Amino acid sequence: MLKISNVETFYGKIQALRGVDLDVNDGEIVSLIGSNGAGKSTLLMTISGVNKAKRGNIVFNGKNIENQAPHKIVDMGICQVPEGRRIFSRLTVEENLRLGAHANEKGKYFENDIKEVYDLFPVLSDRKTQRGGTLSGGEQQMLAIGRALMSKPKVLLLDEPSLGIAPKLVNQIFVSIKNINKEKNVTIFLVEQNAKKALELADRAYVLVNGKVTIKGPGQELLKNKDIQAAYLEGGSKN
Amino acid sequence: MEKKDIIQSFKDSLFTGLIALALFGPIVGLRTASKGEGLFITPQWGVVFLLVGLCILGRFLINLNSSRKTEITFFSKFTSKFSAITEDKAKHFAITAILFAVVFPFLPFTDRYFMDVAIMILTYIMLGWGLNIVVGLAGLLDLGYVAFYAVGAYSYALIATTFGWSFWICLPLAGLFAAFFGILLGFPVLRLRGDYLAIVTLGFGEIIRIILINWYEVTNGPDGITGIPRPSFFGLPFKRSPDEGETSFHLFFNLEYSTMHRIIFLYYLILVLALITNYFTLKIRKLPVGRAWEALREDEIACKSLGVNPTNTKLTAFAIGAMFGGFAGSFFATRQAFISPESFTFIESAIIVAIVVLGGMGSQTGVVLASIFLIGITEMFRDLEQYRMIAFGGAMVLIMVFKPKGILANRKPTILMHGDKK
Repeated sequence: MLKISNVETFYGKIQALRGVDLDVNDGEIVSLIGSNGAGKSTLLMTISGVNKAKRGNIVFNGKNIENQAPHKIVDMGICQVPEGRRIFSRLTVEENLRLGAHANEKGKYFENDIKEVYDLFPVLSDRKTQRGGTLSGGEQQMLAIGRALMSKPKVLLLDEPSLGIAPKLVNQIFVSIKNINKEKNVTIFLVEQNAKKALELADRAYVLVNGKVTIKGPGQELLKNKDIQAAYLEGGSKN
Repeated sequence: MEKKDIIQSFKDSLFTGLIALALFGPIVGLRTASKGEGLFITPQWGVVFLLVGLCILGRFLINLNSSRKTEITFFSKFTSKFSAITEDKAKHFAITAILFAVVFPFLPFTDRYFMDVAIMILTYIMLGWGLNIVVGLAGLLDLGYVAFYAVGAYSYALIATTFGWSFWICLPLAGLFAAFFGILLGFPVLRLRGDYLAIVTLGFGEIIRIILINWYEVTNGPDGITGIPRPSFFGLPFKRSPDEGETSFHLFFNLEYSTMHRIIFLYYLILVLALITNYFTLKIRKLPVGRAWEALREDEIACKSLGVNPTNTKLTAFAIGAMFGGFAGSFFATRQAFISPESFTFIESAIIVAIVVLGGMGSQTGVVLASIFLIGITEMFRDLEQYRMIAFGGAMVLIMVFKPKGILANRKPTILMHGDKK
């Protein structure tokens, strides 16, 4: 469904991605783990078209998208929940959601979508007239995910959904991600520092080191991998 | 109040005095006067000491005000109460204000001078509302807004004097021209943000003015354009003795001829234009494009990741803001019957930006209050001639001291739950 081959991305002269090869199949949950500065967020931004790849190809459903504008890519069905949530803090919860459906905000179809998001995250429904900035971190994350779902994506790119969120809410969010995948049939590409959680959830996973994929395999298998345990799991996140 | 605080604020005031002395000393204190041959410096230290003393006193009062909530907080209490009232009862306030504006020309104390000031304030309100789309909603700081005002005025003047078309045809054309210039400015500045955007827009404003001065064949350069047709009341001109085959306004309605007719008509014209601007802004905020503007102001990357096209969003903001600037410009041209590049200097842009910022970014009512406050005060002190700019500056300082986020700082959500509507 989404195939990334040999992608290289630069910030000025600094190379952030050094030839990434990776693919995501229809209906899967794929996780990408790696330490700070490995290039995880850069890869998501490159898929979204916010950063442009200097070399390599990104193919989505048979079409090359590496040179498309970000809004075209969203129209094609790839939507990102950016790192740090990036809620529009002065707009209300519902306005935030409506913005997610910017491309197709018309008619009943849209009202249905917004209801589905409220069903998925009931707390948002209680707070729909509240300003985004007044929500807690976890609620903001739910809002960010809900907002992305409003664009009816085929693939949802999630950048560190557990960042700065209370452990209890992290579990809830990961359950929701699973639900989105199973019930709404949305393919998930998850980028996480919380390696344990990400690997448990994933059908398949990749490890990114210094802008290159070093290990790949099924999530459960990587959980048992000695190198990964040493580098990302032991002494690290226990929740 | 504790002694320590007083000493502290006293020291602070003295320091302020020192800065004031450094500023006023050379600017006010050393006055050049030409006597016989050449220039001589006449010192006027009395005035300097007066000004420095005022600064020290003012600073001291502000310090007292902020360090302890005592009786001196009266002013800020008053203003916050005032903004609380207007926030809550925004709708009532708006309706009252509009009703007042409608009956204003027929109030007993209203004379020619009041009408002129009112027309001027309304023009600035309209410009403020137009710029509010760009600055308040889309968050793009435009320091060259006067350029669109100028484009509107000149296109109106040129079309009207060349083709002799009526006001109602020229007005939309002028608006379209201004919108086109908005897009023209929009393209090069798409990639810029914040300070850099402000600098380029500032330059754009100057470029337009310099073109107007130098493109003599078309704009008549610094001499300006004269004899711009006045607007007519649906085909009825405001003339004492109409041309042959024409009926003028006072004859048609069987009234005594008075120059006030035209002024009252102009007043209602700008009132309607301004209200259209406001209505349009309030409506478009609830549409996807308006919401996208606000989202763009909040976070451009989030916008991109959600499929908002920042290019189109910014261009529409520039174009629509410019269009209203152009409408206001046409009104200005038809009211004055004479325009020259003199009217479109940077200070105009600065005043409009000041109105938007001091009103509270994005607040429609705030723009009205700030216009009345800033333009009204400068007009009230017109007798003081050049000193009236001090009143303007003073008004700005007062707002910044007591309402640092603008007169009305809160943004109202566009979507309310049922039952939330008051």
